Amino acid sequence: MALSYLRSSSSRSVNLLKPLSSSLPLRRPISTDTTPITVETSVPFTSHQCDAPSCSVETNPKELLTFFRDMALMRRMEIAADSLYKAKLIRGFCHLYDGQEAVAVGMEAAITKKDCIITAYRDHCTFIGRGGTLLEVFAELMGRQAGCSKGKGGSMHFYKKDSNFYGGHGIVGAQVPLGCGLAFAQKYSKDETVTFALYGDGAANQGQLFEALNISALWDLPAILVCENNHYGMGTAEWRAAKSPAYYKRGDYVPGLKVDGMDALAVKQACKFAKEHALKNGPIILEMDTYRYHGHSMSDPGSTYRTRDEISGVRQERDPIERIRKLILSHDLATEKELKDIEKEVRKEVDDTITQAKESPMPEPSELFTNVYAKGLGVESFGADRKEVRATLP
Amino acid sequence: MALRNIIGKRIGNGIGLVGRRSLSTSTSDVENRNAKSMNLYSAINQALHLALETDPRAFVFGEDVSFGGVFRCTTGLADRFGKARVFNTPLCEQGIVGFGIGLAAMGNRAIAEIQFADYIYPAFDQIVNEAAKFRYRSGNQFNCGGLTIRAPYGAVGHGGHYHSQSPEAFFCHVPGIKVVIPRSPRQAKGLLLSCIRDPNPVVFFEPKWLYRLAVEEVPEHDYMLPLSKAEVIRQGSDITLVGWGAQLSIMEQACIEAEKDGISCELIDLKTLIPWDKETVEASVRKTGRVLISHEAPVTGGFGAEISASIVERCFLRLEAPVARVCGLDTPFPLVFEPFYMPSKNKVLDAIKATVNY
Repeated sequence: MALSYLRSSSSRSVNLLKPLSSSLPLRRPISTDTTPITVETSVPFTSHQCDAPSCSVETNPKELLTFFRDMALMRRMEIAADSLYKAKLIRGFCHLYDGQEAVAVGMEAAITKKDCIITAYRDHCTFIGRGGTLLEVFAELMGRQAGCSKGKGGSMHFYKKDSNFYGGHGIVGAQVPLGCGLAFAQKYSKDETVTFALYGDGAANQGQLFEALNISALWDLPAILVCENNHYGMGTAEWRAAKSPAYYKRGDYVPGLKVDGMDALAVKQACKFAKEHALKNGPIILEMDTYRYHGHSMSDPGSTYRTRDEISGVRQERDPIERIRKLILSHDLATEKELKDIEKEVRKEVDDTITQAKESPMPEPSELFTNVYAKGLGVESFGADRKEVRATLP
Repeated sequence: MALRNIIGKRIGNGIGLVGRRSLSTSTSDVENRNAKSMNLYSAINQALHLALETDPRAFVFGEDVSFGGVFRCTTGLADRFGKARVFNTPLCEQGIVGFGIGLAAMGNRAIAEIQFADYIYPAFDQIVNEAAKFRYRSGNQFNCGGLTIRAPYGAVGHGGHYHSQSPEAFFCHVPGIKVVIPRSPRQAKGLLLSCIRDPNPVVFFEPKWLYRLAVEEVPEHDYMLPLSKAEVIRQGSDITLVGWGAQLSIMEQACIEAEKDGISCELIDLKTLIPWDKETVEASVRKTGRVLISHEAPVTGGFGAEISASIVERCFLRLEAPVARVCGLDTPFPLVFEPFYMPSKNKVLDAIKATVNY
């Protein structure tokens, strides 16, 4: 990254940093330090039909440490989910997000909880970013009552109404037109908020995406379509599925921006830019160049369509957590030990939450019938022979 | 009882039965020469190999079919027949089916795979409005009879909302297409070859729970099983049970248990849902006077409703009891509640007894 020359502990670059007023022994408490720091993103933005934002990103120690902690938490959570799945405590489907954490945290840093986010099924970390708790995640994954969807949704269906997280969708691409609907409602209520509709490189080839693009451009909706391009649609590499893998250009008349999705600060900058753009000029596409370490889901080893070298290469060169760690260390915002302590703390938190989640009970059998319709519109369900069992449910 | 035990029981029963005996013993509709033991996905794979071998204008396409598919049904096809005939499509069901209709309209055999039946809905418009009506609206100038759409359907134990659906009823409402569902490997191979070679567009649903679970002796040669012919797979005299796909093995277990109570059950595999073999079912109901239909899809508006209405029309005076339907509940296909949702053996058994004792 651009600050690599700072890695040697003796030198400290003058141009890019405002010097911290404390010297080492009197370290200011980092968790509240909001002294601005400017960081250059290492990969420039590529734009389509618009002017790219600047590569200089404003941040501060508090934010960087929050990024680090949040991403470490997400990483730990996903790895713990992997083990739980293998232990058969999580059943069904489980699509892990590790490697892509920078997109979730970077996006949150640029927006408020009044903005809406809607995504596909790789939603555990996005949910955490929106303020979801670890307990809700693990309980939902294991299908327990304490889960965010009361155990009825599972891995693919996390929702959080109070922070405008509209989920959690299984059918590929289906959430994007929905996102446009959310954006319309936001525009109508004039509350200066936007919607981020996330989808993957596989979903980019769905017809409904183009329908959504046309609608949002035609009606000037504050919709930001974010393609989380991890380069593989399940097992199919992007070049085998798309004639043009430049997803940020797919909008044609809709402007687009290609972003290094492994750099949380670049993501933050892009989302901030996109929000301003969407409120003034209508839809914009963001393509996040990111990568997932796990396979598509837990039933995919992830190594039949890509080499282990590729995976470990990305992990070494572009890992989002390592990038923030290096940034923190090179700016002297925390010591290695402090960062390691954060990671240990996060690990403990995850382990404790899993224990707690395991104690949550399974949903009541009567929950099978609730919420099919709104309350008051009964669902009749009868047993094998209509004469035997009949239950009219609330 | 812990949910996991119930799940285990269903799987256990499923393995126990289908592994032990083949269901198509009652009629010898296929010669048994050179039969090899294989599971459902291997049988389907064989059928596809034969289809492409015998017709140079047959194509197989869909998401991820090239490496063999997520259920291995298309293994070896790309290597053997080349990328021009066996190829992957992008993730676009509507595009896949529409493209298949066009390919078939040019006289080719287009074998399209939809990765899970739950994903077939974007293609629903193409199937209903294009494929089903093409021959009719062009006055027989054009047709897409060479189109076969294959999709894995049905519960699998942990599939949840979007990997377990049984959408057959939606398609049974469309004149112009055929809907076929096999119950076992041997049936699947013969039926699939018939579907591919049938001069009408066909939707072929494969019970995904049986892909590995069902093992049977399947003849290695090229054979076809007739469409629109139901099969009586178990003779009986007290009640007729009608079903298709994976549900038949559950129903068979219920029949065996009912036998212990002295109830003699006749079990019919419908095989083709539209156009369905009304005569065979009617003849059976005339014999027994009672009928029970069972399917995984939700009961309201499921295909059991059509069978029930038709049988009542034809056999009203012969019926001794109301037509029983033991089906999935009227809820979205649940994840943790799957064992409660499914029309299990005990539900079927209860219904058999209630109907016989009406």
